Amino acid sequence: MPTTADRGAGLSALYQERILEHYRKPRHKGAIERVTGVHTVKNPLCGDDVTVAVCETDGVVADAGFTGTGCSITQASASMLMELVRGRTRREIEALQRAFDAMLAGGEADDSLGEMRALSGVAAFKARHKCARLPWQALEGALGRAG
Amino acid sequence: MRDVRSDFPLLAANPGLTYLDSAATSQKPRAVLDAIVRYYETANANPHRGAYKLSGAATDAYHGARATIARFLGAADADTLIFTRGTTESINLLATAWGHSHVHRGDRIVVTRLEHHANFVTWQQLARAVGAEFRICELTESGDLDLDQLRALVTANTKVVAFGHVSNALGTINDVPQIVRIAHAAGAMAFCDGAQGAPHLRVGFDALGVDAYSFSGHKMLGPMGIGGVIVSRRLLDAMPPYQFGGDMIEFVFDGDTTWNVLPHKFEAGTPNVEGAVGLEAAVRYLDALGMDAVRAHEMDLSRHALRVLGGIEGLVIQGATTAEARSGVVSFTLGDIHPHDLSTMLDVDGVCVRAGHHCAQPLMRALKVASTVRASFYVYNTTADVDALAASLRKAQERFGAHHG
Repeated sequence: MPTTADRGAGLSALYQERILEHYRKPRHKGAIERVTGVHTVKNPLCGDDVTVAVCETDGVVADAGFTGTGCSITQASASMLMELVRGRTRREIEALQRAFDAMLAGGEADDSLGEMRALSGVAAFKARHKCARLPWQALEGALGRAG
Repeated sequence: MRDVRSDFPLLAANPGLTYLDSAATSQKPRAVLDAIVRYYETANANPHRGAYKLSGAATDAYHGARATIARFLGAADADTLIFTRGTTESINLLATAWGHSHVHRGDRIVVTRLEHHANFVTWQQLARAVGAEFRICELTESGDLDLDQLRALVTANTKVVAFGHVSNALGTINDVPQIVRIAHAAGAMAFCDGAQGAPHLRVGFDALGVDAYSFSGHKMLGPMGIGGVIVSRRLLDAMPPYQFGGDMIEFVFDGDTTWNVLPHKFEAGTPNVEGAVGLEAAVRYLDALGMDAVRAHEMDLSRHALRVLGGIEGLVIQGATTAEARSGVVSFTLGDIHPHDLSTMLDVDGVCVRAGHHCAQPLMRALKVASTVRASFYVYNTTADVDALAASLRKAQERFGAHHG
């Protein structure tokens, strides 16, 4: 079992300033102008929900936005994800999702994840993996419905 | 009450642990673990089956446990205590065996806004299955059950009023005798879900006047997987069996079967003897502490918690404002910090609390909160545990910054 000190360091990694900043001032929160796909995912454990809307043009995500309520991890993850996926193809997004899942599983944070690497601290908190994944699931649904 | 922490091996082995989630499940004293081991080392055999001595010892252990637990819960007729896996199965037993034979199209079922999903969904689904009306008694502004509304809701066609002894989400203690009077005045069955009552309050089944009372062993220092329901003999006799199998039969013919006497009629299959003897040891342990002392201890903790937590800026406590009106459960939110963020931060300090909807989504919706943090106390908690919670909450507040939002 990790010591309290280890867990304390883990907590600083989990709630690093970058994450709290996105939580306080989320980017791309709200409606987007043109929507080609939208999907809502709920976490029944806490009542949180995330809705992701995307606009795909010429095979890339031209615009993406999210709405919903949730904990700092869900909100920061959604905010960072919306930034990350702009201008990306579906294939690129699938690769990013694999990299993100690998990071949550405790692997190296791939450079392709950019700012989302700040969420690597979530790996140590298994009960919170679902929070970090919620926006990804909503995005998956939004892309599934698009086109 | 004396400090009993050293009686609990898990707590004794983890001095830095602040366990405040006893409403979910309690820790187990050494006496309970020993009783289970002793049973397997000295008396294990399939009860009721063998004519040999060892099977007799297992039978005695099982029914001895039933007698002790019935006495603890104030039921004179021990054979009306049916062992189940816990409160959830107890309610399913009632809704299935009693409900499907007594509730019909056009009848009414009344529950309350405070209920745990087990005492809500089970009746809701019975109502849907038989075409009965499902009605919910709401709360007053102060968070108590609205008994005036209950009086109006419990009409002549009401067959059952199902309510909790103590709310698992808020700790509210319901006025059981009053609710029983309202139910009985209309000729309805009064069922009390005692999952959060039996561990903390003196029950007195016969004096309460309820027709059925359920409990979960693991919330009252006993092992998981054992609990029960005490039901009036009149009701049990009028109910068909819940499950079929060994033990519950009398004579089996090719075309039909007759049923065994109580309690066997409702206990199909090989019983959970280790659970029963474990729970027996648990109620003996509680009896030795004295349920009045247990209640007084939890009131002290609640009073301390209401004062200390109430002093934290932005902390909003749900439910009753006095320790007298609540069991050892304090449900709260802290500013706009999400309860799951809070529980992660508390966990790092070794403080175990529950965050979420507490299996009471309809209640949370009515309170207009998505989720709360819940701290719940039991015999092994001390004011130092409450202080550790408060200190950890203040640290969390600092980390998140009081200004954001």
